Amino acid sequence: MTKVSMTVNGKAASGDAEGRTLLSSFLREELGFTGTHVGCDTSQCGACVVHVNGVAVKSCTMLAVEAEGAEVATIEGQAAPDGTLNTIQQAFQDHHGLQCGFCTPGMVMSTAALLKENPKPSEQEIREYLEGNICRCTGYHNIVKAIMAASGQDVSAIAAE
Amino acid sequence: MPKDTGIGASPKRREDVRFLTGTGNYTDDINLNGQAYVHFLRSDMAHARINSIDTAAASAMPGVVRIFTGADFEGVGGIPCGWQITDKHGEAMQEPAHPVLAQGKARYVGDAIAAVVADTAEQARDAAEAIELDMEELPAVIDMKAAVQEGATKVHDDLTSNLCYDWGFVEENKPAVEEAFANAAHVTTLELVNNRLVANPMEPRVAVGDFNRATGDSTLYTTSQNPHVIRLLMGAFVLGIPEHKLRVIAPDVGGGFGTKIFHYAEEAFCTFAAKALNRAVKWTSSRSEAFISDAHGRDHVSTIQLALDADNNFTALRTDTYANMGAYLSTFAPSVPTWLHGTLMAGNYKTPLIYVNVKAVFTNTVPVDAYRGAGRPEATYQLERVIDKAARELGVDPVALRRQNFITEFPYATPVAVEYDTGDYNATMDKLEEIADISGFAARRAASEAKGKVRGLGVNCYIEACGIAPSNLVGQLGARAGLYESATVRVNATGGLVVMTGSHSHGQGHETSFPQVIAEMIGIDESMVEIVHGDTANTPMGMGTYGSRSLAVGGSAMVRATEKIIAKAKKIAAHILEASDADIELKDGQFSVAGTDKSLAWGDVTLAAYVPHNYPLEDIEPGLEETAFYDPANFTYPSGAYACEVELDPETGKVSIERFAAADDFGNVVNPMIVEGQVHGGIGQGIGQALLEAAVYNDEGQLLSASYMDYAMPRADDLPFYQVDHSCQTPCTHNPLGVKGCGEAGAIGSPPAVVNAVVDALQSMGKDITHVDMPLSPARVWSAMHE
Ligand code: FES
Ligand code: FES
Repeated sequence: MTKVSMTVNGKAASGDAEGRTLLSSFLREELGFTGTHVGCDTSQCGACVVHVNGVAVKSCTMLAVEAEGAEVATIEGQAAPDGTLNTIQQAFQDHHGLQCGFCTPGMVMSTAALLKENPKPSEQEIREYLEGNICRCTGYHNIVKAIMAASGQDVSAIAAE
Repeated sequence: MPKDTGIGASPKRREDVRFLTGTGNYTDDINLNGQAYVHFLRSDMAHARINSIDTAAASAMPGVVRIFTGADFEGVGGIPCGWQITDKHGEAMQEPAHPVLAQGKARYVGDAIAAVVADTAEQARDAAEAIELDMEELPAVIDMKAAVQEGATKVHDDLTSNLCYDWGFVEENKPAVEEAFANAAHVTTLELVNNRLVANPMEPRVAVGDFNRATGDSTLYTTSQNPHVIRLLMGAFVLGIPEHKLRVIAPDVGGGFGTKIFHYAEEAFCTFAAKALNRAVKWTSSRSEAFISDAHGRDHVSTIQLALDADNNFTALRTDTYANMGAYLSTFAPSVPTWLHGTLMAGNYKTPLIYVNVKAVFTNTVPVDAYRGAGRPEATYQLERVIDKAARELGVDPVALRRQNFITEFPYATPVAVEYDTGDYNATMDKLEEIADISGFAARRAASEAKGKVRGLGVNCYIEACGIAPSNLVGQLGARAGLYESATVRVNATGGLVVMTGSHSHGQGHETSFPQVIAEMIGIDESMVEIVHGDTANTPMGMGTYGSRSLAVGGSAMVRATEKIIAKAKKIAAHILEASDADIELKDGQFSVAGTDKSLAWGDVTLAAYVPHNYPLEDIEPGLEETAFYDPANFTYPSGAYACEVELDPETGKVSIERFAAADDFGNVVNPMIVEGQVHGGIGQGIGQALLEAAVYNDEGQLLSASYMDYAMPRADDLPFYQVDHSCQTPCTHNPLGVKGCGEAGAIGSPPAVVNAVVDALQSMGKDITHVDMPLSPARVWSAMHE
């Protein structure tokens, strides 16, 4: 066991990890950030996406020890301290971009990364960017629409949610 | 004007806030003090005799608490099957024993042989690797038709063969159907495969068993669509724990799609082990494990035939289907290819004579059970494909052929034992032609051609049967359960309500839509209503959520309980207002005496119920809480018409979905936003089945598509925006809300639309191709083009 320390959502956090402990399990089990979900074991589903030093990362593909000293952002830190949803979260609620909610943390974190690099992505760009995020409720229609809305695009011409 | 509250409004979902902020409470988020972890050692052979299991070395590994094998479960019940089919000779189906851990033999890759409980998940996994297994590999039976040949290796030595049942429906119709075929002007025949799928909810299954030595109570936290069903099946049939000593909690559940209906061995194991060890025991499935231990779906091989007269009227239909059961009978497996499939073979058409034969077969594969639609997609796919083929053979327009044969008068008793209450199939087809812009297809086809692509259009209809009921009928059909739903409505002193429902939400948004119904009935704000579900300790015995039944059955129970509340509240109001009950009206949350200006607010009456100072105590009890169990008189029958346009790349065989439109009739709609989301999801899964997904076994019984690298899940860039419409509404006549159910429609209606479209595209290239089996991968389409 090694002691691993990092900053999660702006606050110092530390815990014990084996060499093989994944960042996803470290966040969930050791630090209690259970909003990060694990939906697969082949780095395909994206339920586990967090940001490490500002970059979107599938936390199941990174060892906890590799995140030593890093700035980690998870879904728990996305809303304002008073609970107000951020623009992306609000757009997902407004456009019914989630059903069971299991893929949602990863979707929101991926969207945040997408909009940082491409503030007004086209429908096609969004669909391609979400290649690594699977939603089995298969609500992509509303997810894509929510992301377009979150980036300030007019979605009124797209069939109603 | 769209409404902003009550029935027909689309308030934002209240459950979203917790899911969007990472504060949901899924089963894997639950950790109990001192819990141990279990890892299941699973067979890597499809069929093998277990000669010995040596756990000595593994038991000495760090952190190991105890290792269990099949021997520990002798004397414990097996996993029960909830539905018994009677075959065409009047005999009961063959029903093999289904032990919690394998005994004597492993029967599929994934069959659990031993369970290691350790202090950490890693220690349990490490120790499982140190178990020494002496297994003797046996020939595996994978192909269904081979499995029922004389002399085939048997999956279960104590059964007479691998045939679970040979079902004929309606057996008495068979001679008349044969005669109609003999006299037909035209017969269309189609052989097709309904591909085996893995449901794949994004949340893998999890079970946490707990035992309280002080009280002797067991608790199971599990990823279930129906906690009461698990409590009854596991408590009564497996572990012998009476319901009052067993609590089952299914908290936030990350999608189900059918595969979380069933009672699984892992649930029984964790509950059993927690008691044996006096310590909480947790199991979290990995995705790899889910592929080989969650019940799979579909996997039918069918030959369907349609007979038509000289005027193109459908005169008879028959289908022969082989349905894979896998190695054991999962909870509702036997009902899927029979009552959920045979009863739907009339579809939207007035075919007078129908005969359905289904042979259910055991193979050395994961058990197969209900997946979104369950039996109804299989029926719809056969029917809508064979009609399309018939239209092409006869040179008639496939939509016109359908319209000509539509059922137009309701109620309509089909030759396959069900009675449709309402529907208007021409209306949904008209709506579809409008929203899909069918008249613009020729121009779009030309535009595709100009780009070197080939465009095809596929149209089809579907009918669904939701809210399967009534219980006395399903009992006759072999169900070992009732199919009612329950609700307790508790009104608090200051007027707020809590509804404890037997329905379970795992993505459907009940916490938002159910309050809309109550708000409408009482005339109060939705925020005054809270929904409680998923815990057997605080909800009445309910059957849970599947088969698009929640609003039609669970919502109806809630309405009935609320009606009782309103009736009692009116009595209280009448007493206080010194009027007769019959003169009390409730509107906008106010009780008033008809024809007077005397009135009382909802909150005044509810307070009086709990502070009964001025109260008719001689007539009624204090308090305001009512329970109702609702057992529907019939199924509900949603229906619709779907259109898909594909573009095919003749160079590669790749199919892309360019347009998809769905016109559905769900009867009345409570929350259009949620309904449309359900349709989107169903269509996405249906397109996944049609183009991408397949659970593929090799001859040795290895599942080749056992991860997301090999099993192609639909992703955002596989799908377009859809056009969906639910404005055609023929309300259900026999439930109080007039609702029909919308959860499965998309998955039922979309696969034939996609395949019809691809066949249309291929034919437009001058290819004489009448069918390609799903999934329509580039390789399959390209091969079909070059045959
Ligand atoms: S859990 Fe990380 S990609 Fe699936
Ligand atoms: S909302 Fe359920 S998996 Fe995406």
